[in-house]
Amino acid sequence: MQHTSTHSENPMVEAIGVRKSFGLLEVLKGINLTIHRGEVVCLLGPSGSGKSTFLRCVNHLERMSAGRIAVEGKLIGYHERNGRLHEMNSRELASQRRDIGMVFQRFNLFAHQDVLTNITQAPMLIRGETRETAVARARDLLRLVELEGREGAYPLQLSGGQQQRVAIARALAMRPKLMLFDEPTSALDPELVGEVLAVMRKLASEGMTMLVVTHELAFAREVADRVIFMDQGVVVEEGPAREVIDTPKHERTKAFLRRMH
Amino acid sequence: MAQEMKIVPARHWGQWLVAVILTAAVGFLGTMVLSSPNVAWSSIPLYLFDGTILEGIKLTILFTVLSMVISVIAGAVLAMMRLSSNPVINGFACLYVWFFRGTPLLVQIIFWFNIQLFIPSIDIGPLHVETNAIITAFVAALLALSLDEAAYMAEIMRGGLLAVDDGQREAAVALGYTPSQTMLRIIFPQALRVIIPPIGNQTISMLKTTSLVSVVAAQDLLTRAQNIYAKNFLIIELLIVASIWYLVMTTVASILQYLIERRLGRATNEAPVIWRTVQRLLRAEGSKG
Repeated sequence: MQHTSTHSENPMVEAIGVRKSFGLLEVLKGINLTIHRGEVVCLLGPSGSGKSTFLRCVNHLERMSAGRIAVEGKLIGYHERNGRLHEMNSRELASQRRDIGMVFQRFNLFAHQDVLTNITQAPMLIRGETRETAVARARDLLRLVELEGREGAYPLQLSGGQQQRVAIARALAMRPKLMLFDEPTSALDPELVGEVLAVMRKLASEGMTMLVVTHELAFAREVADRVIFMDQGVVVEEGPAREVIDTPKHERTKAFLRRMH
Repeated sequence: MAQEMKIVPARHWGQWLVAVILTAAVGFLGTMVLSSPNVAWSSIPLYLFDGTILEGIKLTILFTVLSMVISVIAGAVLAMMRLSSNPVINGFACLYVWFFRGTPLLVQIIFWFNIQLFIPSIDIGPLHVETNAIITAFVAALLALSLDEAAYMAEIMRGGLLAVDDGQREAAVALGYTPSQTMLRIIFPQALRVIIPPIGNQTISMLKTTSLVSVVAAQDLLTRAQNIYAKNFLIIELLIVASIWYLVMTTVASILQYLIERRLGRATNEAPVIWRTVQRLLRAEGSKG
């Protein structure tokens, strides 16, 4: 946060040689990736290709085994001192994560809180916003996700699509500079996918920087600036969305896209 | 058109037979006890509201409330220690639960009461206190009840904390909640719904368990009854007086528990919805792969 001067020079996300192993299984085998401010990047790839694991490394929900990720030039999860990476304490991690919004496959709304509390608690508790500010902002966000008037509903009273839209509003309430989406429509009934994608499209058009793990090819093709295709822990192919999806160069990308159609 | 016929329900002759035998047995035992010339029935109402007995009830309730409060707090701490990634902290909590669940409460009560045998006095710098002055029968009894109950409470709470989906923790952490904010605001409130019913059961059980402290004459209800019958030899009569009061206390506690659970139940009515959501998620998962 002290690096305001370098903001304009640094990319939003810069990942270098990110590796991650679970026991003997190496799921990320050296990922290099750059995302610029305002860019929408979709991560595609078959199940088990490591896309979600990579996404979860960006806000240090997953501890990587090697490599480094920086957001706006600030190393995520570690301090670099004398050529070593020292893991941050939980307080420092929490303060980094405030600026990175995350949307989960299973929504993960707080089940014991109504919609309004779900959205306003973090800004009040963590950012120290007043109740009035937080509530006013929550109402604006509910309008954005087209759920006005549902402040008092509990998560279980909402459909999956509505829950996911509240989850997006909850993440946006912290005014993040980067949004991570982890298969946001994979747990939804098919008829509810559209309403969530519509909100994400709106966000993209407002210039939010987004990294989206998804299986929605049509969405990726239309909304993403860039698509990254991953398989077995490596980036196989990347480029402008339409180019990669319409005319893939790599054999593995072609095979995957054929299966998706 | 079918003619309407009278329906004869099946007769359960076996059940009838058992019912008759049970009634006869209870009646026989009842008359045997009530007609016994060795029980002075008239003395029971006299002692039911005796001042000493009422004092004993007060202490029994005090033991129950205090030991439950202490054990809930200690149990919560132990449960969090159990979930810690540090092996020493985790190991300590494991050892605690193992030790206190593995030794009889009666032994623990007698142990605390006799602690001055190997720690005669406590010396901190210039401060010198005789252990006996601190560990009175009351303190020994309370320590034993609380420390023992804390072990059971730790397991109940650990179960409650584990029942909260890990996605809730992840969502909070991703928003920037610190671990303690996550525990206090997100996980613990949701664990409560699972934790409260067994705490009610433990409380009811504790009302009766406190009678064990009579071995160190901690002046609870049973101790008082024993003190009285030591003088007048109305042993059965005073045990009946004590039993009546234990029944009154556990009945009141059960009603309270029912009311609390019904209140909680209003929210848990949604359990089938939760289940349906889970199933839908599972189906979506399956179709994705």
